[in-house]
Amino acid sequence: MKHPFHEPGGIYVHVPFCVRKCAYCDFCSEDDRSRIPAYLNALVKEIGGARPPSGLAFDTLYFGGGTPSVLAPEEIGRILAAVRRRLPLLPGAEITIEANPGTLAPGALGELRRLGVNRINIGIQSFSDARLRFLGRIHSAKAGRGAVRRARAAGFDNIGLDLIYGLPGETASDWRAEMRSAAALGPEHLSCYMLTYEPETPLARRLARGDFAPLDEARVGRRYRDTVRFLADRGFVQYEVSNFARSEAVQSRHNRKYWNFAPYLGFGPSAHSFIPPERWWNEAPLGRYLKHSASERSPAAERETVGYGQQIIEAVYLGLRQTRGIIVADFEARFGLDFKGTFGRVLAELRRKGWLDTSDAARCALTPAGMLFLDGIASMFVAVDFPDAPPA
Amino acid sequence: MKNIRNFSIIAHIDHGKSTLSDRLIERTEIISQRDFKDQILDSMDIERERGITIKSQTVCLPYKAKDGNAYFLNLIDTPGHVDFSYEVSRALASCEGAFLLVDASQGAEAQTLANLYLAMEHDLEVIPVINKIDLPSADVERVKEQIEEDLGLESERAILTSAKEGIGIEEVLEAAVQYLPPPEGDPDAPLRALIFDSNYDPFRGTIVHFRVFDGRIKAGDTIQFMSNNATYKVEEVGIFQIVRVPRKELAAGEVGYMIAGIKTVSDTSCGDTITLKKNRCDAPMPGFRESKPVVFSSIYPVASDDYEDLAAGLEKLKLNDSALIYEKDSSVALGFGFRCGFLGLLHLEVVQERLEREYDLSLILTAPSVQYELTLNDGEVLVIDNPALYPDPSTIESAREPYIRAAIIVPDRYMGAVMKLCLDRRGINRNYQYLTRDRLEMIFEIPLAEVIYDFYDKLKSVTQGYGSFDYDIIDFRETDLVKLDILINGERVDALSQLVHSERAVARGRRACEKLKEEIPRQMYKIAIQGAIGAKIVSRTTISPFRKDVTAKCYGGDISRKRKLLEKQKKGKKRMKMVGQVEIPQSAFLSVLKTED
Repeated sequence: MKHPFHEPGGIYVHVPFCVRKCAYCDFCSEDDRSRIPAYLNALVKEIGGARPPSGLAFDTLYFGGGTPSVLAPEEIGRILAAVRRRLPLLPGAEITIEANPGTLAPGALGELRRLGVNRINIGIQSFSDARLRFLGRIHSAKAGRGAVRRARAAGFDNIGLDLIYGLPGETASDWRAEMRSAAALGPEHLSCYMLTYEPETPLARRLARGDFAPLDEARVGRRYRDTVRFLADRGFVQYEVSNFARSEAVQSRHNRKYWNFAPYLGFGPSAHSFIPPERWWNEAPLGRYLKHSASERSPAAERETVGYGQQIIEAVYLGLRQTRGIIVADFEARFGLDFKGTFGRVLAELRRKGWLDTSDAARCALTPAGMLFLDGIASMFVAVDFPDAPPA
Repeated sequence: MKNIRNFSIIAHIDHGKSTLSDRLIERTEIISQRDFKDQILDSMDIERERGITIKSQTVCLPYKAKDGNAYFLNLIDTPGHVDFSYEVSRALASCEGAFLLVDASQGAEAQTLANLYLAMEHDLEVIPVINKIDLPSADVERVKEQIEEDLGLESERAILTSAKEGIGIEEVLEAAVQYLPPPEGDPDAPLRALIFDSNYDPFRGTIVHFRVFDGRIKAGDTIQFMSNNATYKVEEVGIFQIVRVPRKELAAGEVGYMIAGIKTVSDTSCGDTITLKKNRCDAPMPGFRESKPVVFSSIYPVASDDYEDLAAGLEKLKLNDSALIYEKDSSVALGFGFRCGFLGLLHLEVVQERLEREYDLSLILTAPSVQYELTLNDGEVLVIDNPALYPDPSTIESAREPYIRAAIIVPDRYMGAVMKLCLDRRGINRNYQYLTRDRLEMIFEIPLAEVIYDFYDKLKSVTQGYGSFDYDIIDFRETDLVKLDILINGERVDALSQLVHSERAVARGRRACEKLKEEIPRQMYKIAIQGAIGAKIVSRTTISPFRKDVTAKCYGGDISRKRKLLEKQKKGKKRMKMVGQVEIPQSAFLSVLKTED
């Protein structure tokens, strides 16, 4: 059967190891690195058994985690080779690695470049040692700066930095100073995440115990709006809730696939795959993933067929996360629905509140003020009684 | 007649009545094991889930006793909740004997006692059964002592059973034969039969359940109900053996059913007497009483286009539930709905659940109210149960509200807690007496309005589950009423109004505002909630708006989870009502009545 893939797919590799898990992190990762060899074997086996749909080529590969940079470059190389053996990775593909400044051994960056890794996303998070400690990061602010300079020196011309804001006690000028420091390092890309207290994380437990008072919502909201303005003034254009890039060319090609119904394959524990309309995700944590691998069982824990109505929900939510919004003509062609007819009442309400960007009728996008209420707005769209199956 | 025994099993909820009934049925083999659903007498799902019987079912068990004779044992099932005590009394009136089931670990409870008193009123022979003897916590000796001292029954006659394990079943059947008296009555006298239940069959109409005291009844007879003189032609009579088994006739002493072209169960009344039109008996069976609803609430569909479905659902429920009454109602906030009357709060909940489950409706119920009697300045007397119909206070001369007599049985260490609870509910302590060394029966007179919402739950919680409760409505007493309104963003929401005692009004208003603050989810706007009596604001709270509502990260691993959350919210919104700009969840409408946590 032919698959109507409009665009190349993405490949995600999950590396579930960290030197130490951060206090806010709820991703699949662990500190015990003795299992790296077992993990690599299982991963390479999984990649070797991948059966991509015919006609699908890939133009992104993303090493996420965990901390992929805890792996030695030759280990990354082994994974890359396995990928290239099994999956058609197009020339010019974006190959990203997430890195922790505390794990970049001298020489590693050059090695990664030589292996073909052409984008690096460095988890700086903050330029304040006190805040880094609060977050449970293993590195200092100085190490963060150093990592960026060394990446540049190693030849990386597409560098992204992650920052976190909305920490307890953080003032507007604290946060501006953070952004200023980040911009001064000259990255191509910035991801600025408001601190989220994920359930079951050490940070959430400390919050529940009353160890500190969280920054109040109104302030977090103001930081968000400030971020958009401040970074725009410095040449970083927001393209998604938390993502900013110096130009369209250096937006994360890989991450955009998640928001635009593109196919992707994920490998490693907890990794998600999506070959529309099928989505599945792997066993986690690592131990379970390894067990499945050892007993020749599929690493997939669960799968779902994303139905028509569910696709509408995802298209709306993920579309609105992006500043370009939902492309109305694409939406209508895909779902056979009149967008304005279906969501007219919601659109009118959003317009009244100044949350709808009305500059381009071909797109349904939120204003920066609206973006701050994205989840509630998506819920308004979703509450509309649209059909559950395609119109006959 | 000497081979018939008519009896009930009376017990507190959860003491194992349904299981014991099942075992008796199994033992007499009127139905094959294969067809046997556990607890066959509780046939409705809701009853099964809650473990209480509301609609009773009766069964005729053929039994060959050790004396070599064949008997018909009519087990007449009784509803197991305080809301339905009149129905219980009619079922007991149809019996000569009863098994009083007591849980071997829990002991006798208020309902056990209330049922025993009822059984004694009907001069029934009562045999104690101590059930659940297999439980590690069973204390048979202590329960025997209770049976002697609390209940005044002979404990040496007590049968030890574990219905769950099938222990003692034979002994129960033998005891029915040996110790329960056979029915008396004159099969040649004019027909006199007591209706103790009825149910609706979509093909045959109303099935009337009755006990014949005198005379005979057969297909072709023209019968008459003595309460209203309505006459019907009998199409079929028979006995219950899980399925209906037609018989040529039923005579004095027997228990069975009749089908007579009766359209709805409301055309029959529990407690009414059936006689023959042409050959009437002298007097009806004593104790007839129309069952009257005491709790009133309005039911609205969350989606206004479900109104027709709600109407159809109520009509169908009514076919099988003569105690349910309803009439059209409308609310500014909620649109069209129905004002309904119920026997009690459990009855209300059952009706709500059945409508939601069987008719797939999403409903809003307004705060339940009792019926108040108002005397207006011009002497007119008004009975109202709906806050929306409360007249201008300046036109009211006086108001009266219903009181109950509440019997509460607790271990004496909870006496203070129960006393406080009842006094907090404007109760008056009338009496208390020790039943045993450490168990106490306390009698209170309490306004019904104070117990309809969460009294029973509160009683359970302050007595750590040991308290039990039974009540009767006694009279109407003078009261000082005001109408408490709730305003949301300045808009009066009629469906949240309630009638309250004036001394309570301010506290209630404050509590209602707090509860609504918990129930109404934060929205994008500030929401002001106020309690008001007339034009006077007595309480207020504010729900602060979201200042941000956005998930920071959404990548490959987050999409399905996020979508599921949105799907859940979509479902939730279907159960919310928009009042102005504010989405109010279903649960909020009842929360205003909650007193405290």
